Amino acid sequence: MSQVDLPDDVVITKLDELASWCRKNSLWPMPFATACCGIELMATGASRHDLARFGAEVFRFSPRQCDLMIVAGRVAMKMLPVMQRIWQQMHEPKWCISMGACASTGGVFDTYAVVQGIDRFIPVDMYIPGCPPRPEQLIQAIMDLQEKIQREGTLDGKEFNTSQRQQTKRALTELPIMGQSTVIR
Amino acid sequence: MSTETTQQIEQRIAGCTVSEFRGQARVVVPCEAIHEALTLLKNECGFDLLVEITCVDYLNFRDATDRFGLVYLLANSATNERIILRTYVNEPDPSVPTATDLWRGANWMEREVFDMYGINFAGHPDLRRILMPEEFTAFPLRKDYPMQGRGERHNFPVIRRGDA
Ligand code: SF4
Repeated sequence: MSQVDLPDDVVITKLDELASWCRKNSLWPMPFATACCGIELMATGASRHDLARFGAEVFRFSPRQCDLMIVAGRVAMKMLPVMQRIWQQMHEPKWCISMGACASTGGVFDTYAVVQGIDRFIPVDMYIPGCPPRPEQLIQAIMDLQEKIQREGTLDGKEFNTSQRQQTKRALTELPIMGQSTVIR
Repeated sequence: MSTETTQQIEQRIAGCTVSEFRGQARVVVPCEAIHEALTLLKNECGFDLLVEITCVDYLNFRDATDRFGLVYLLANSATNERIILRTYVNEPDPSVPTATDLWRGANWMEREVFDMYGINFAGHPDLRRILMPEEFTAFPLRKDYPMQGRGERHNFPVIRRGDA
């Protein structure tokens, strides 16, 4: 096989990688900020922590313009159907970050009104611990998510059509769900 | 607290007891007379502001004889006086007449008490749940309702990747 010398300003890559590279560097977050974690989310977007450095500063309040839902705060059982509706209104490719103890597990609010972890009802890509997490943690989560997007994306996005990415979720397979005798999947 | 007001209530409402705690007047009124007492306080004693309606569930409370204690907080906006009105209602049909004909602001307060305790406010124009979802069936601040609920918080469809 003969070798070709590339000029300095030419890069060779796969189209899949290129698509993922574009996606990961222009995330448009949907701020689903329901409680105190939302304040840290705002701080992350503001000048001091400056989420714009990671290409994710364009917060949009219409789910149809977003591809990253950041659930920041506890989700009450009356709010959950709203959250699911918003998630369904977002276009693929889309991702979800569960920010804080409340969104991930219900946190200290183990009561009748608070959903014990949003990952029981919608797919979640990244969990952020903390109460509330520092903006640095959110930025770290976004960087990790970017890495994940780069790893798994394809040009036509067929990976987004599988339920495979969610199948290993522990909360959906192992944790008991009150009032239901059979464990979901 | 002016003594005329408490005297007037004691004279006009049969079976009520007046006490004072740290300068606050508290009147316990029999359930049948609650609307009469509220009308008296509003129309004749100048208590024109309904501050709050709330409720306490005395299930398993020491020495308690009644199940629900309904609390009305009134204020007189001219003299800055306040008065606390209480009445007790019991199962199986905890019911009091509504106060919406005296204060329109009582509407949502009574809906909240109904939502949380299941107290029926007879004559209320629109007694629906206000905080919990409409399909909710329990009254969550009753003491016999478990704090973690009865599975309502897990009763939702699961959305997976590819469903949307
Ligand atoms: S995790 Fe803490 S800061 Fe975040 S919403 Fe819950 S209580 Fe508030």
